Amino acid sequence: MIKVENLHKSFGELEVLKGVSEHIKKGEVVSVIGASGSGKSTFLRCLNMLEEPQSGSIIFEGVDITQEKVNIDKHRQKMGMIFQHFNVFPHMTVIENITMAPMLIKKKSKEEAEEQAMKLLEMVGLADKRDEYPRRLSGGQKQRLAIVRALAMEPDVMLFDEPTSALDPEMVGEVLQVIKNLVKDGMTAVIVTHEMGFAKEVSDRVLFMDGGVIAESGTPEQIFGNPQNPRTKEFLSKVLY
Amino acid sequence: MLMTKYYQPLLKGMAITVRLSCIVVFFGLVFGTVIAFMKMSNFGIGKFKPLNALATAYIEVLRGTPLLLQLYFFYFLMPALIPALDDEKISITVALIVNSAAYVAEIVRSGIMAVDPGQAEAARCLGLSQSQTMTKIIIPQAVKNILPAMGNELVMMLKETSLASTFYLGEIMSQQKIIGGATYLQIETLIISAILYLVLTASVSKLVGIYERRLAVSD
Repeated sequence: MIKVENLHKSFGELEVLKGVSEHIKKGEVVSVIGASGSGKSTFLRCLNMLEEPQSGSIIFEGVDITQEKVNIDKHRQKMGMIFQHFNVFPHMTVIENITMAPMLIKKKSKEEAEEQAMKLLEMVGLADKRDEYPRRLSGGQKQRLAIVRALAMEPDVMLFDEPTSALDPEMVGEVLQVIKNLVKDGMTAVIVTHEMGFAKEVSDRVLFMDGGVIAESGTPEQIFGNPQNPRTKEFLSKVLY
Repeated sequence: MLMTKYYQPLLKGMAITVRLSCIVVFFGLVFGTVIAFMKMSNFGIGKFKPLNALATAYIEVLRGTPLLLQLYFFYFLMPALIPALDDEKISITVALIVNSAAYVAEIVRSGIMAVDPGQAEAARCLGLSQSQTMTKIIIPQAVKNILPAMGNELVMMLKETSLASTFYLGEIMSQQKIIGGATYLQIETLIISAILYLVLTASVSKLVGIYERRLAVSD
């Protein structure tokens, strides 16, 4: 589904990605772990061209989206993205947050979009909040809203950029549960996370990034149970205490 | 006694002040927004960004020179440029608009820059184009940042139109000069003018406050 080849990305002098290649298959759940500054968020943000790589290619559903002539908006509709800081739209109610893009881009009627939105809100337990503004929601509720807002566009893949890092501890569980349900239903997902237990539980594959490259890749059992790369061992020994 | 005899020109002066300020702030907002977008534009030939440079120069010159000087400048320039428009009302109005646009450009720009960049990222990730992101996500949030400052700009402009009395445009201060000169009651007419200005500026501040509270529903 997403094939990344030899991706390089620098911010000014700082080279953040030093040749990343990876193939994410349909239906696969891939977690990306690694220390801060290892390039894992940048890697994820390159996948939908929020960051433009200097070189390398990203083939998404057969199209190299790094090419300049590609209409990136079209492809982004197929890739949902979830941010650390939710980025829900504060000037819209909960339901407007969800229906805006389907109505604007997919030209859905208001009724159709709202019907779909209500189904999604029920799925994440926010149906009673439909007419609230986001300021009245907790962090966990905002993140669940952000997830269904992305789902309303019926994406083929979901990209999660540290979805629980900005949450109070007691709200982490509710968001992880939503993501778990989602991938159980077959959603392809790439998840940058610090929640090792969660990565171990939901992933088909775990990527360990270090110094701008994928230092090790394997099943959760391999990575967490029997890491081969000394950097992976060192990292895991620090986070799994 | 002063008021009974001269209330008509004073009211007329008030009306002209309000009308002039509203026209200036309205067109100032229109042109100021254009200049703000020029300043934010990334369009460039190599490293040189012509739109950005032009907007920056415009803002620096207009904010860095006295308004009175600018009024004189347009007073002499406009008829020289377009002889058919030899009317100080037009020249001075244009000068005030040109000046206001420079201030408004910075208001609009900072209002837009103050919107969390994550908002644009989220919108683009949903598949919105750059212009859809601007109109649906950034502008509605920026308006809340811009509106209070625009209220201040209108208050400023209500007062700054008094400089137009140099050219007797008929606003409050022009009337004061005429009535004060005719009656020799300078202090009294100045106090009355001050009260009229205060009534206007206080009303605008009040209106902006009400409107702001209505906009604040969502945050």
